[in-house]
Amino acid sequence: MIIPHPILGPRDAQEFVYLGDASLIDRPDGMTAGIEVFHDYLYNRDNPAGLHRELWYHEQGDRSWLVVTRDTVTHEIVSAELARDVARARGRSK
Amino acid sequence: MADAWKSLTALGHDTARTVTVGPYRITERDDVALASVALRRGQDQAFAAAAAKAGVPLPPPLQSASGTPYGAFWVTPDMWFVTAPFASHEDIVAHLKPVFGAAASITEQTDAWVCFDLSGPALTAWMERLCNVDLAVVPDGYATRTMMDHLGVYLLKQGADAVRLFGPRSSAQSLLHALEVAAASLA
Repeated sequence: MIIPHPILGPRDAQEFVYLGDASLIDRPDGMTAGIEVFHDYLYNRDNPAGLHRELWYHEQGDRSWLVVTRDTVTHEIVSAELARDVARARGRSK
Repeated sequence: MADAWKSLTALGHDTARTVTVGPYRITERDDVALASVALRRGQDQAFAAAAAKAGVPLPPPLQSASGTPYGAFWVTPDMWFVTAPFASHEDIVAHLKPVFGAAASITEQTDAWVCFDLSGPALTAWMERLCNVDLAVVPDGYATRTMMDHLGVYLLKQGADAVRLFGPRSSAQSLLHALEVAAASLA
């Protein structure tokens, strides 16, 4: 599988480490959001047959985190963005 | 007693060695000082100005730049590895701190890496046995992190027949072995 890195161009998936669902970026405030919301964040994941947004770490490259949108049926990769940009766009990172 | 303490090179000798496998040469370089320089958030202008004033090149992604005394290659967004001659810049952080002040976070890297200069008649064939980089296609000055024999290394293409590697120092012998085996299959 080839991942189109937004800065470095096409890179072999061998260079990456997979983490999981990109919804991990949206961590609720454990002190105020309530136990149900945090439980949902921690344990529950969708398992879509189709487009899936997921976190990949370019460990053997520039060591950036990417949000990769991948079709779980065909493995086609629709887009790859820097997770830093995604998180900042959602107000997650200062 | 003081004169009994001698520094060793990454390969464990008093002086840097050159290993030859047929026409292929692997030269250990112990005369390169190395530091990581990372831009602190919001300091873009002060950072760029300080680098320009001191002659520290800040190449774009996938590129390296050389200069006197400082060279550099891009490693990740807002971070570079800066090189300098070891003889004059052994404590490279002490040289760079006053240059960047509070605009950058700087970490000594010299003793974390082993530096090898590679040369030989078919570098492309040699490197394609070891890593993902297609040396025939990438331009001179190309720099990237890649994997060789399960080791993360930085590869700098310095010319049609010159490649510099920075590999993990504690695995210097293993990296050398991988380079030798691949070279032996070509020599």
